[in-house]
Amino acid sequence: MAAAEPSPAFLDLTGIHKQFGKFEALKNIHLSIRRGELVCFLGPSGCGKTTLLRIIAGLEMQSGGSIVQSGRDISTLPPALRDYGIVFQSYALFPNLSVSSNIAYGLVNRRTAKAVVAARVKELLQLVGLPDSGPKYPNQLSGGQQQRVALARALATSPGLLLLDEPLSALDALERVRLRGEIRSLQQKLGVTTVMVTHDQEEALTMADRIVVMNQGAIEQVGTALEIYREPASPFVADFVGKVNVLDAVVEGGGRLRVGTCVFQCADPAQAGAIGSGTRIYLRPEDILSRGVIDGEPNSAMGRITRIEFLGAVCLARVALEGMEAQPVTVYFSLNDIREAGIAEGSRLGFKVLADRIRVFPVAAQAG
Amino acid sequence: MSAAVLAPHALGLPRQSVHWSDRVGHGLLLAVSLLLVVFLLAPLLMILVQSAEDKEGAFVGLANFAAYLQTPALARSLWNSVWVSLVVTLVAIPAAFVFAYALTRSCMPAKGVFRTLTLIPLLAPTLLAAISFIYWFGNQGVLKQWMLALGIQSIYGAPGIIVSEIFSVFPHALMILVTALSLSDARLYEAADALGTSAVRKFFTITLPGAKYGLISASLVTFALVITDFGIPKVIGGNFNVLSTDVFKLVIGQQDFQRGAVVGLFLLAPALLTFAVDFFVQGRQTAQLSARAVPYAPRRAPLFDWLMTGYCLVVVLLMLAVLGMAVFASFVKLWPYNLSFTLKHYVFGLVDAEVGTAFVNSLTLAAACAIGGTLLAFVGAYLLEKTRGFDWLRSGVRLLAMLPMAVPGLVLGLGYIFFFNHPDNPLHLLYHTMTILVLCTIVHFYTTGHLTAVTALKALDNDFEAVSASLKVPFFKTFWRVTLPICTPALVDISRYFFINAMTTISAVVFLYSPDTKLAAIAILNLDEAGEIGAAAAMAILIAATSTLVCLAYLALGWLVDLRTQAWRRPALN
Repeated sequence: MAAAEPSPAFLDLTGIHKQFGKFEALKNIHLSIRRGELVCFLGPSGCGKTTLLRIIAGLEMQSGGSIVQSGRDISTLPPALRDYGIVFQSYALFPNLSVSSNIAYGLVNRRTAKAVVAARVKELLQLVGLPDSGPKYPNQLSGGQQQRVALARALATSPGLLLLDEPLSALDALERVRLRGEIRSLQQKLGVTTVMVTHDQEEALTMADRIVVMNQGAIEQVGTALEIYREPASPFVADFVGKVNVLDAVVEGGGRLRVGTCVFQCADPAQAGAIGSGTRIYLRPEDILSRGVIDGEPNSAMGRITRIEFLGAVCLARVALEGMEAQPVTVYFSLNDIREAGIAEGSRLGFKVLADRIRVFPVAAQAG
Repeated sequence: MSAAVLAPHALGLPRQSVHWSDRVGHGLLLAVSLLLVVFLLAPLLMILVQSAEDKEGAFVGLANFAAYLQTPALARSLWNSVWVSLVVTLVAIPAAFVFAYALTRSCMPAKGVFRTLTLIPLLAPTLLAAISFIYWFGNQGVLKQWMLALGIQSIYGAPGIIVSEIFSVFPHALMILVTALSLSDARLYEAADALGTSAVRKFFTITLPGAKYGLISASLVTFALVITDFGIPKVIGGNFNVLSTDVFKLVIGQQDFQRGAVVGLFLLAPALLTFAVDFFVQGRQTAQLSARAVPYAPRRAPLFDWLMTGYCLVVVLLMLAVLGMAVFASFVKLWPYNLSFTLKHYVFGLVDAEVGTAFVNSLTLAAACAIGGTLLAFVGAYLLEKTRGFDWLRSGVRLLAMLPMAVPGLVLGLGYIFFFNHPDNPLHLLYHTMTILVLCTIVHFYTTGHLTAVTALKALDNDFEAVSASLKVPFFKTFWRVTLPICTPALVDISRYFFINAMTTISAVVFLYSPDTKLAAIAILNLDEAGEIGAAAAMAILIAATSTLVCLAYLALGWLVDLRTQAWRRPALN
């Protein structure tokens, strides 16, 4: 614990473990969060992300492991002795207090002078874009406005850490998009270290500096949005974030993989595994192209479009590539592509797969 | 860092250090549990102990039970209690169901008035009904001939108990059934209509199954209320013995604590069973209705609506006839010979029979319960629902808070005698004081207060306390600034409930009063025993009038509280 080389980490979770009876909610979590960054815990419901947040907040007690915040071991401190502000999905605004009183709630208790409190409340109302809402009661505001007030209340005491527990889930779609931009720019402006829990990958991808993908109580991958999307560390991540085609394949050596009678060459032969073994290819729809395909070039095949699903600007097409009809793939077309190339259900055209985008996970890695 | 990384499991589970403000909460929770243990659990356990001991205090196992069942007179009381309670249940439940159906499923006019009038029986001690029926059908009753024509020889005994009990349990059964019938999903009926289902089939396939748990619950509650009631069989039972009057005779008359304890346990059994079944059923009832259900809104159907109105009118008129007869009789000189107006029964009751002091005692008791009971029930519920730590204690306290509902007042009072009258008990000095009457009454009616508070608290966001902690505001400040102001309407309800019940209760306190702490409801019992039925009626009416006034006062208070503390519920004016 020598101070010679200060850790760049603001929040350090070491070996966090949580047991609910026989259920292991969190398994040996190690995570380091840097000062000023916004980290999202992303995962399906029941993956332990909220439990982990509540452990950081001291609302839940870990069964093992330690938490160090800003050089201070807070593992066994009660919530009141930790340093954070928290925003819940339900807003948890005090309904009988005005917006101003809600924001001032934590300030008043610190025996701050009234004028100082009033000035701080005014400043925070400005900050969250609700300068005139001070005298109103929470139920006179929209959901998004209430969540802004909750954010202001959490930030009022200038905590070192901001915890957001699914803050946008209770809002309607439009409000959600607007508020996530606001929260992100506010967080960057204030530079407050923030941990946010979400099950919405779009939220995580657009807001986070780094994403922690969790599954069944364990961390699957930690990385930037691009890393998570482009280089998923596990089949779970590939499947959970974004759309992906999963193809059963056999390793042929030299980085070649056979699906049906089609053979794909992947850029990184080391990924492939032992010759003759079964494996799985993970391929994003946008990595299968139909433009500029040269007849007979490697990683290409003819395919027939069996179904087109209209989604707006893009369409999803189901394609049966010749030689691997048993495993049809999903491919994106822009609406313009479809019109210009005259693509319709039943069309036959050439496709190619980008070799450097092929991700391979041996079948054994699927378990657990 | 490496030295700080210890194997987590080798050390056992780490524990969070406790903040001083949480210690305050733990201390209060301990205090509430201690109160419930001393004033509920210990007295009940004493009954068990007594029932298994002989007069010298030696353990005799089940010998007292065997002796009891071999005493023909006592065994007959057991049977009497059971069949009378069954008959009352079989009559009161269908009657209340139709009434509840009219209130929830018809477009009957003046529903509010009907609903309010059915609450009349709750305003006075149950024995008011018995007194009134004596005036109607007693030896000098107005309608005695009608009764004889039906082949009933005398109102004293089973017939009187049955009609009086039907009158007094009606509002209890009605309340449960109205709740059950209002928890209906209109979409089910719309789907049935779309399929062309007949009204009768809808009733049997949707309505009745939907209200099934309510019916079970109402039947059990009715049965338990009747079998444990003391006032009615005491006044109109004549020589017809039931369990509740037996307990009183055995314990107060013969000082036979052991057999009293045995009968007490017989009374506790059906109530405990009711409690267990009800607990199970309640869970089902709420789970049945999803959050998305659309409430049912009845449509006009002239014939049905008029039929329902007619029925409810008859029921309400019968109720008014019961109350009205007591009022009338309390103001006439000598029933039935001289019907001129007089206040002599009131004067006699209040002055000569010193019910005046008893009345003041009752008001003192009711006020103390209204304040103390509300405080205890609400703070207890808050500590249970909203604070952290002491998890090992919580489920036990929850169970204790629910237990009073399962314990008939007579049994509780019996336990208090055994426990507090015991010479070795340091709390012996409480015996025969007003304090013990207050504590006993609070405990007796604790569950409803507790449940009302829990319901109000559950409606609050669970994260208030977490937010407060993160803002470093201790829980009791949030309790004072947020929880309490939001819950004031519930507080008013709880307090009214305690007040009215303390005014009218007899069962538990009948064992515990002293000449100095005699209560009005008990004084009525004594007047009746002394043959002063006119004065008894007058005093019962006085209690009913007081209860009514208090209810009106609470209504005004509720309105004021709403104005002062609930402004935030209203949408913006601009």
